[in-house]
Amino acid sequence: MGETQSVPQKPAPEAGALSRSANRLLRHTALVRTTHWITASAFLALLVSGIEIVISHPRFYWGENGNVLTPVLFKLPIPSSRSLVPTGYGYVLPDQNGWSRYLHFQSAWLAVLTGFVYVAAGFLSGHFRKNLLPRAEDVSWRALGSSIAGHLRFVQPDAADAGSYNLLQRLTYLFVIFALGPLVIWTGLAMSPAFTSAFPASVTLLGGRQSARTIHFFVAVSLLLFLLVHVGMVWFAGFRSRMRAMITGRIDGPVEDA
Amino acid sequence: MTDLSRRKLIKSGAVAATGIAGLGVGIGLAKNYGLIPPDCGGIWGVGETLNYAAYRLLTNHSMAREFERSEISAKPLANEMPPLTDEFKTLQAGGFADWRLTVDGMVDRPGAFSLEQLKSYPRRSQITQLACEEGWSYVAEWTGVPLSHVLEVAGIKPKAKYVVYFSIDPDWWDSIDMSDALHPQTYLAYGMNGGDLSVGNGGPLRMRVPRQLGYKNVKFITRLTVTDDLKKFGKGLGSASPEGGYSWFAGV
Repeated sequence: MGETQSVPQKPAPEAGALSRSANRLLRHTALVRTTHWITASAFLALLVSGIEIVISHPRFYWGENGNVLTPVLFKLPIPSSRSLVPTGYGYVLPDQNGWSRYLHFQSAWLAVLTGFVYVAAGFLSGHFRKNLLPRAEDVSWRALGSSIAGHLRFVQPDAADAGSYNLLQRLTYLFVIFALGPLVIWTGLAMSPAFTSAFPASVTLLGGRQSARTIHFFVAVSLLLFLLVHVGMVWFAGFRSRMRAMITGRIDGPVEDA
Repeated sequence: MTDLSRRKLIKSGAVAATGIAGLGVGIGLAKNYGLIPPDCGGIWGVGETLNYAAYRLLTNHSMAREFERSEISAKPLANEMPPLTDEFKTLQAGGFADWRLTVDGMVDRPGAFSLEQLKSYPRRSQITQLACEEGWSYVAEWTGVPLSHVLEVAGIKPKAKYVVYFSIDPDWWDSIDMSDALHPQTYLAYGMNGGDLSVGNGGPLRMRVPRQLGYKNVKFITRLTVTDDLKKFGKGLGSASPEGGYSWFAGV
């Protein structure tokens, strides 16, 4: 009950909204915090296991088929865990695919189910509309330009904005949630011969199994880039304050900051 | 204890009890409907069970994608494999005339089939993709006899649930459920792209399960055992794959 004691007992005006109470702001709701950390853990597990799986065949192709007898689209300059793959390195790494595949799919279920809960709750509670959809006054090229310029000049976030997300942040989150997320799930499923037997269009629309694998790789790289920038921005905006906000939900408001 | 926290406690207790009861009922139902894989234990059991259960619910009647003749890969990759045993080499020297497929377990008429016998049964072909868990793939035309036909000849008993299949390589065996075993695209394959199935690709006899990845398509098949209990085989995990750290279900 420690958390509720330090915060004035005042009900939030709207469930899910980033609300203001005295000089402590509710930055993240319990649902956002919980799903955030579950997704973060699942993503790290997917990343590590995904890298291990790629090491068993660090070659990429386009279209339906590809193997060591066919031309590549590109290959990663890394050693492989299979002697079958010509890499130019004089050694073969130990095979890690068994546990990596188990971990990859188990984390994928966790991430997807958590994602469903988050997205459903996000629509129902108005989280997307209130916190992620750009504010009416921000829907302009000018606002976008100034947000980008602010980020490029590393302007510290305004303390008055501690209770909300800025424009570029909103657009990035929306892109990750509604574009990269669905795409990484789709391209992953398109590599499953069982799934594609039930839903063949899931792979033919992408141009074939190897295209699906290549797109899956690039989406994963994009998600990794997002993660790095995201953590970098958290660092820049104030690591302790932002971490505390994502753990307890509360952040210091403008009064304390001033 | 305040009223609020007591009410909270009772409420969360009720939610937890409902959850546990629901989970229990769910697991019971899943067992009855054959949705639980043999490697459901251990830390990876949840993901493996969700994968297999989703497969069983979604794909009972689905067919693996078939391709046009023009889409057949120029060279079907023969990937690395363990060295061939002396027993294999002897059979190879004899043109596989003495190769036998033993069928036993829960069948009415156990027996041993030569390749000639298998080739005298209805001959079927499919142009399908073989995809390896590592990521590579090729498309080939596979020719063989549907496993369902051989099981019909042997007469499977009504309680049979799985077909366990063994390679001549003693470390390599696997199993599929009856739904996959009786699936029209599951073959005992002896031919590829119009010729005999090469040794590199698993000849003279390979299990072809096109809705699952390459490692489920065991090479050099010499024995089928029909069973209702996978616990009797190896470490009871359904195949050599989980013993080596890989999932039994290979549809993803």
